[in-house]
Amino acid sequence: MLTGLSAFEIAAKVRAKEVSCVEVAQAFIDRVEELDGQYGAFLRLAPEVTFEQAAAVQERVDRGEAGLLAGVPIALKDNISTLGIETTCASKILEGYVPPFNATVVEQILAADGVVLGKTNLDEFAMGASTETSAYQLTKNPWDTTRSPGGSSGGSAAAVAAELAPVALGSDTGGSIRQPASLCGIVGFKPTYGRTSRYGLIAFGSSLDQIGPLARNVEDAALLASVTSGKDPRDGTSLPNPPIDISSLKSRSLKGMKVAVPDEMFGDATSPEVQAVIEEAMKTLEAEGVVFTRVSIPSIKLGVTTYYIIAPAEASSNLGRFDGIRYGLRAEGKGHIDLVEKTRSAGFGKEVKTRIMIGTYALSAGYYDAYYVRAQQVRAIMQQEFAQVYQDYDFVLSPTSPITAFKIGELNQDPLALKLLDYCTIPANMGGMPGISINAGFAGGLPVGLQLLAAPLEDESVLRAAYAIEKALPGASGRPPMP
Amino acid sequence: MAITLEEVRHVAKLARLDLDEGEIVYFQSELNALIGHFSDIQKVDVSGIVPTSHAVVMQNVWAEDIAEEGLPRVTALRNAALHRAGLFVVPQIIED
Repeated sequence: MLTGLSAFEIAAKVRAKEVSCVEVAQAFIDRVEELDGQYGAFLRLAPEVTFEQAAAVQERVDRGEAGLLAGVPIALKDNISTLGIETTCASKILEGYVPPFNATVVEQILAADGVVLGKTNLDEFAMGASTETSAYQLTKNPWDTTRSPGGSSGGSAAAVAAELAPVALGSDTGGSIRQPASLCGIVGFKPTYGRTSRYGLIAFGSSLDQIGPLARNVEDAALLASVTSGKDPRDGTSLPNPPIDISSLKSRSLKGMKVAVPDEMFGDATSPEVQAVIEEAMKTLEAEGVVFTRVSIPSIKLGVTTYYIIAPAEASSNLGRFDGIRYGLRAEGKGHIDLVEKTRSAGFGKEVKTRIMIGTYALSAGYYDAYYVRAQQVRAIMQQEFAQVYQDYDFVLSPTSPITAFKIGELNQDPLALKLLDYCTIPANMGGMPGISINAGFAGGLPVGLQLLAAPLEDESVLRAAYAIEKALPGASGRPPMP
Repeated sequence: MAITLEEVRHVAKLARLDLDEGEIVYFQSELNALIGHFSDIQKVDVSGIVPTSHAVVMQNVWAEDIAEEGLPRVTALRNAALHRAGLFVVPQIIED
């Protein structure tokens, strides 16, 4: 079936003219319309845009000019701006907002002859780890529809796992690509901070946010990462490095690979069943020549606190722009300030308000040094500790999520339970490091992701290693039960 | 160091959020739970550590000073709830 193919396979078939771009687009739109009622992965499709793009790509295919993503439909998290397609961040405050421009990553996808399939659900403004804070709908995990797909890129992860899209883009501020990828049994990659343009990504925590791919195999993730990376003059934090080069993706041997395994991401930090799967995978990799060494990186334990100060502080500033005047919801009010306050109170959900409150508190007079400055110092310590580890080791390996997919509603009563799910993923954002989650096996029928981190700018290395690990763990991946 | 209801009201005002009394009480307990968890970084020795505002070291980024077309006015106004004569409409800001 067309919809079960990888992005690479689809592009090859399109280029070989075995199938047309419009047929590919139609197949995925039909599948989403037929099945997404069960998953709630998409907030909306935009068939008129999809077909128009598919027809344009087909013209280039016919002229023999097709790009790397020839005809591949791509699902986009709904915090990525799409020209002419409503973009809401799963928030009521942006209901009806239609961006007047494309995010740079969308332009890069179109330039590589990819096609926009639709917009996927997320936690409101990407603030969450379960996709439950979306103002519009719940998303279900394709492995067990009573469970959460994780988050915040839960819609993108569920769409890819359920073969509603071959690949998707998400965004990762504290683990929002890698954690849902782990819970849905797929691959999720967060590039080095600055390698992918944030232009057109509706900002949450600007010093941490990074766009990246979700895919069913490392090769597809690498393909999408290569297309969506590179210097962008419209993003001041974009790095001058060339796009991620995947020409030697398949060249790495596991033999002699030096991998650090931090004590702080095992033991009490992780559930026994997740740990057992990761340790089993490590044994297999050890037999292939990987050398594992237990290390200690004490600042990992401070990651959650540091994150829950820095990210909300940045968010409280970024979300200041939603004032009811230029776009989005506008409530009635007596005078300007009253209008702004009423608009924000009506438009933001509980979790977003909580984070704005924490961030505002941490930045307010009297607390700024105790919280915000101190968190920035702890971030510096964390960066130094990881840099030290990378002097002796190629990679850091851990579980991606401390637990497997949890029941919808199970964790959202305790303000801390969901936040602790980012424990293993936060350091990559704090240190700007590339990080990938690939499936390592199953516990109780649910996927368990393995995370590999590397020093900043080692995106190519981490993708090569992940490709080799994926090949060494052939039984680790699978297809969820689905029609 | 628990946060008082008065502080919650003050923070809400800074954040431009119009909260009712029920929400004020809710955010007090939510913030106290989180801030309580934040005590772990208070014990860290940070003497001599320079705070980093970014994950990757950034220097000033310069661009060539070239004039480019911006968004057309009509496009920029399209998402506004209220606009008139090519301008955003806001309530009166300066009182009579």
